[in-house]
Amino acid sequence: MFEELLQGVGEWLKGRGPDSDIVISTRIRIARNLDIFPFPNRISTSEADKLFRNLQEAAGKSKMLKQLKFFRMEDIEPLDREFLVERHLISQEHALRPKNKAVMLSEDEIISIMVNEEDHLRIQVIKSGFDFVTGYRLASKVEDEVARKVKFAFHSDIGFLTACPTNVGTGLRVSAMVHLPALIITKRINKILEFVSKLSFAARGFLGEGTQAIGNFFQISNQVTLGLGEEEIIDNLSSVIRQLRRQEIEARRYMMTKFRYSLEDRIWRALGTLKTARIISSQETLQHLSLLRLGMDLGIIKGLSKELLNNIYISIQPAHLQKLQERKLSHTERDIIRGDLLREKLGGISV
Amino acid sequence: MLCDICGKRPATVHLTEIINGKVKEVHLCEECARKKSEQLQVQFNIADFLYDFVNASSLETEKQEKEICPNCGLSYLDFKKQGKFGCSRCYDVFKPKILPLLQKIHGSIQHRGKYPSIKEYRHLSLRQKIESLKEYLARAIKLEEYEEAARLRDQIRELEKKIQKDKGNV
Repeated sequence: MFEELLQGVGEWLKGRGPDSDIVISTRIRIARNLDIFPFPNRISTSEADKLFRNLQEAAGKSKMLKQLKFFRMEDIEPLDREFLVERHLISQEHALRPKNKAVMLSEDEIISIMVNEEDHLRIQVIKSGFDFVTGYRLASKVEDEVARKVKFAFHSDIGFLTACPTNVGTGLRVSAMVHLPALIITKRINKILEFVSKLSFAARGFLGEGTQAIGNFFQISNQVTLGLGEEEIIDNLSSVIRQLRRQEIEARRYMMTKFRYSLEDRIWRALGTLKTARIISSQETLQHLSLLRLGMDLGIIKGLSKELLNNIYISIQPAHLQKLQERKLSHTERDIIRGDLLREKLGGISV
Repeated sequence: MLCDICGKRPATVHLTEIINGKVKEVHLCEECARKKSEQLQVQFNIADFLYDFVNASSLETEKQEKEICPNCGLSYLDFKKQGKFGCSRCYDVFKPKILPLLQKIHGSIQHRGKYPSIKEYRHLSLRQKIESLKEYLARAIKLEEYEEAARLRDQIRELEKKIQKDKGNV
């Protein structure tokens, strides 16, 4: 399944869009529930089936929603589910517990609707680069299309009702995936993240909730969903992201003027490891790739294209690696094949 | 690297735990990670977390806790355990408890975002647009941007006409 996607990197790694050197991707997520069904944590299988039918019917009548492909999560193999997580199309939770869940996907991997995750609908739009505006416009349009056919749980005082009170109101969670190696190397990151959380924004790791900041990636998102309009939420987060980007650029400039040799040393060693390793975990790879990306951004490593780098990012991940090999691999096999793949892809880059 | 829990299988899942402000990294194998995620679901929920200070001043009887939503059968106690409501009706049933909770989480209990794009809410949606245009208008006047102010004034009039027209149709 999803073999046709395997050749591309997925929207979040396209490397297009404004400021995509540091702001890798932006994501809009709108949570909605249908009025008549219990929330997913209490929905029965027969009710879930009915919900699926309602949604498919609604989608069939909308030109826009008709473009989305509908899958029951239980019909997707575990490996393929993990593959969708790596492409940021579904959450880990959605992949791990597929019962009564479904997903609707657009071919270009920009729109995905998780059905019966924590809420009945989690409408998600991912855009490469720093682009909340187009992303929100699209997500809001998808939401309008669904609203035309089904009735959402809505309260005129407190807004859209969600399973968890943390999403009530707009149901809107916007986030950006930012790459901040210089802030981490210069140890400025903790202060900055403290500041970010004081403004009630959350900073999370690579794959969202509960995951670690691997490869110097952080996902920054809003926490407050009630009492603010959608535009305000987006404007507020945008200014935080702009600020983070400025700080990162400043930290890079600082390192280039003060510690150029030790920075270059780190970057070239990272390339050296990736070009020679025989057994390498995805975590270690992502750490080195982060330095490679930094080296590329700063013009230190020549001949490395953004396309090649992004292609490596996605293909070294466990489910992608196994799909490329067309078989299941043990941890050790994965680490060995990852090394082979890295040596092959980076062979042309001279040190 | 081996799993921190079983010490047998290789660690492939890496988590960051923050306990009492201390950051701790945990490395787990897939199997232990799955077990831990189930555990976490039981242990950590936002409702429990917030519950204490919401109710710090109001003593609550056990009876109230056992109040049940007639639509889905969820009790407030269930909510406290799971951090999730069972259906949209729960919000009416537990409203007195939910409002302070929302105030704590979001600092507000008034929705200011978009309305469902159906006729029923068109009126409210237009009102909201007018309110935000009025804010812009006030700002424009303050900054002496009179051309912009005139444009906003016309927009507001246009929307008010729409509301009147809608009322006429009812």
